[in-house]
Amino acid sequence: MQKVYSQIIQIAGDVITVEAEGVFYRELAQVDTQEGVSLAQVIRLDGKRVSLQVLAGSRGIATDDKVRFLKQPVMVSSSEHLLGRIFTGSGSPRDHGPALTNDMIAIGGPSVNPAKRIVPKNMIRTGIPMIDIFNSLVESQKLPIFSIAGEPYNPLLARIAMQAEVDMIILGGMGLKYDDYLFFRDTLEAHGALSKSILFIHTASDPTVECLLVPDMCLAVAEQFALKGKKVLVLLSDMTNFCDALKEIAITMEQIPSNRGYPGDLYSQLASRYEKAVDFQGAGSITVLAVTTMPGDDVTHPVPDNTGYITEGQFYLRGGHIEPFGSLSRLKQQVNGRTRSDHRAIMDRMIQLFADYRETLEKQSMGFQMSAWDQKLLQYGKRFEKELMDLSVNIPLEEALDLGWKILSSIFEPTEVGMKESLIKEYWPKK
Amino acid sequence: MADKNLRIGKVLGVNGNMVAVEFQDKVIQNEVAYVVLKEERLKAEVIRVKGKRADLQVFEDTIGIKVGDSVEFSSELLSVQLGPGLLGQVYDGLQNPLPQLAEKYGFFLKRGAYLDALNDQEKWEFTPKVKPGDKLRAGQALGSVPEKIFEHKIMVPFSLSGECEVISIKEKGVYTIKEEVALLKDASGKNISVKMVQTWPVKEPIKAYIQKIKPKDPLITKIRIIDTVVPVAIGGTFCTPGPFGAGKTVLQHLISRHAEVDIVVIAACGERAGEVVEILEEFPKLVDPRTNKSLIERTIIICNTSSMPVAARESSVYTAVTLAEYYRQMGLNVLLLADSTSRWAQAMREMSGRLEEIPGEEAFPAYLESRIASFYERAGLVKLRDGHLGSVTIGGAVSPAGGNFEEPVTQATLKVVGAFHGLSRDRANARKYPAIDPLESWSKYPSFIESEKVVDAVERLKKSKSVEQMMKVVGEEGTSLGDFIDYLKGEFFDAVYLQQNAFDKVDEATISDRQKYLFDFIIEIMDKDFSFESKDKARRFFQELRQIFINWNSFAYQGPEFKKEEERLRQKLLN
Repeated sequence: MQKVYSQIIQIAGDVITVEAEGVFYRELAQVDTQEGVSLAQVIRLDGKRVSLQVLAGSRGIATDDKVRFLKQPVMVSSSEHLLGRIFTGSGSPRDHGPALTNDMIAIGGPSVNPAKRIVPKNMIRTGIPMIDIFNSLVESQKLPIFSIAGEPYNPLLARIAMQAEVDMIILGGMGLKYDDYLFFRDTLEAHGALSKSILFIHTASDPTVECLLVPDMCLAVAEQFALKGKKVLVLLSDMTNFCDALKEIAITMEQIPSNRGYPGDLYSQLASRYEKAVDFQGAGSITVLAVTTMPGDDVTHPVPDNTGYITEGQFYLRGGHIEPFGSLSRLKQQVNGRTRSDHRAIMDRMIQLFADYRETLEKQSMGFQMSAWDQKLLQYGKRFEKELMDLSVNIPLEEALDLGWKILSSIFEPTEVGMKESLIKEYWPKK
Repeated sequence: MADKNLRIGKVLGVNGNMVAVEFQDKVIQNEVAYVVLKEERLKAEVIRVKGKRADLQVFEDTIGIKVGDSVEFSSELLSVQLGPGLLGQVYDGLQNPLPQLAEKYGFFLKRGAYLDALNDQEKWEFTPKVKPGDKLRAGQALGSVPEKIFEHKIMVPFSLSGECEVISIKEKGVYTIKEEVALLKDASGKNISVKMVQTWPVKEPIKAYIQKIKPKDPLITKIRIIDTVVPVAIGGTFCTPGPFGAGKTVLQHLISRHAEVDIVVIAACGERAGEVVEILEEFPKLVDPRTNKSLIERTIIICNTSSMPVAARESSVYTAVTLAEYYRQMGLNVLLLADSTSRWAQAMREMSGRLEEIPGEEAFPAYLESRIASFYERAGLVKLRDGHLGSVTIGGAVSPAGGNFEEPVTQATLKVVGAFHGLSRDRANARKYPAIDPLESWSKYPSFIESEKVVDAVERLKKSKSVEQMMKVVGEEGTSLGDFIDYLKGEFFDAVYLQQNAFDKVDEATISDRQKYLFDFIIEIMDKDFSFESKDKARRFFQELRQIFINWNSFAYQGPEFKKEEERLRQKLLN
């Protein structure tokens, strides 16, 4: 018979403390309150004092409520039946389906041995030229979308999910607006992709602590499917909310904050999640795309800053499009040499010309004289923005490259674009 | 317990990777202890003692530890194994060989799984160098074994003090590292059995040498901007701070490939695992031009990437520097590249927070500076007891929060290093590689190019920059032709000399002779008086000159194409 403790000696924030024995670190417990049953996780042991973070929050907990330790860590089912299902941050069904209890696995498992990793080599095509041409997404890559509130980052995430060539999608929502949750669900459903998706959704109105479990739930499940040979795409939105939840608990536990109130282990916490992205030799892979909203559009804010040091590049979503400067896929070199012979040249040259266009715009705004070359650049920039940068453009890579040549050839002379002659010969559209 | 040396304790509390333990008679600060669980033994280190309570940092995930679990103290400080067979290895921060772990346990790093760092089955061909009766001191060679391309010296254990006498020494033959190769009598008359392997506590510098010498000879990295403008010395220290995406890791990789040293130790400390994988894939295939052997044969990789346990990250830089010092003792020049020391500092911060120490700036512990200083102080050029020189050069990448160099780790590092290679986000965004800012960075070491020439070139660069700033305000129209030419000259110097193409087989590394040759040519161009009819003509001229020069950079030094292109350049300059 499990022992039940009914004397809570401290309630602070969402953390409760009881005196108990035989409890292990990060054990799962159950708290029976008048409002119902909530799960809780051990986050500190100090002699007999056991501190637990209560997933449903501490509101309504009485000091004589019953705490039962479950002799297991936080676990999640990894069965095939997860597909098409929607869960809360703590793993209980959100979609009125049955709870799943088979093939349970612990979340937050050990990291992959670096000696077992391989250099990634498969491109994931998304149909978005700004990604496919300029910053190709690579299988097993971890990439954040840096954005600010109000930008269409969730629609972008949903589009990548719909169009990416992967076997399954795991979506982790953290502090998601309820509307956004419905948007994701409906979009997946409308495209018939729900049956290959698993959703762990924590909405903004759910208790904060549940948010903390979302990435671990998603990645633990992803790992199991990847080991079985599946190409898994994990989408996380929004990691800043996750970090804020970490901050909240850290402050409650009276940890000394480092930067802007965030705990000193923020980097390690983020890294242990992002580094789950992997390509298993002889099995499947995990690719992670995560939205990170930047408070005040400040990339030096601790959350985007720490993220940038961990991830393999970043996409900046600004003004409704993926910004060509600053956005970077560190792994693109692994794949874009093997797509089409003009891929790298188009990528480099079109971006350089676009940079020249931006400079010309600046000169124009300062009232300097516009030369004939400047006029050409202005024309080029406008077309680039409209035909390639616009997020509604949805064409395969080859078509996008052809379009690039079309734009170049309609504005510039072949000698003006500064590309190798052999490429010009092969790809320059004949008039 | 039968073993009287085994001291035990009981777990009192768990907070993250810190475990508080109640001990019985005594503990030793920084000794290794194990938390004993049902199926695993988790390695830990004593980091604070208060009364009968010791705080341990555990090198593993602490999930599952209960109050009352038993703890065993080992009486040993955190140590590494030193002996033949280290080269070419890939270790974690505690010197567990990762490929062997993978072989045994598969994809994931199994908690509590530790393996021996060195293979005790492998046979080494030992050649003795001393005879019974010889008097030796710690660090002096008893004999040697061939390891890869080096003569690996088997030395008197570093821990012995005073003079000791050789009682017996094994004959030439093959032995494993576990076999005795010599018997010594130490100063107190005690007999000491010496094997080819010895252990050494990582946080203690190896001091078995006569004296430290001031570093002065340049360490050739073959990166032009470094070697010419902000050089590194053999036995010196340097740091490369930069925001994310500025190319710290690419730069370190290239240095690790091309630097003219005997051995490179790479400490991947708390960074991306994928980057290490690239080294693992690349290095065995790349050939070291100095030895014509694969690069991996001169490399040791210590890899404690960001998702691996944080306490082991803290020790990984010490493990790396200890291995570097070991090879230095053989009279070799060793380069240690640590990427990134900020992650190491953050690991200290995490631990300090759990210990509830009073925090310093940005919650880093008050001892941050002294720890950083004592780490870099382990670099140096030393005169060994056999009269030879050996060196450890340390280069640390720093990842400042927000790319702001004012933060504590960068500042503490700048105080102790001999060269500062500051990477700038602007240069990186403009795809200028290496993104080292030539005007912000500095070095206290001399270059192999005369310093007056370098100072002169840097002055021109400054002038060019100031004209550029001015042009942003007054426009090209408002700038005089003379100033404009100065601006173009600076840009030209930057583009063809300070920048290098990391993807070009020839241009990615420039030997010192070629650097001198190029630099003299550039100075010639800088000193030349040009007269142009208009700014457009001037710009066009320098653009064309630049194009030829960049082509020239990718031809083999003094080859026929190189000479042909040089002729083209000279012709261009005449017109």
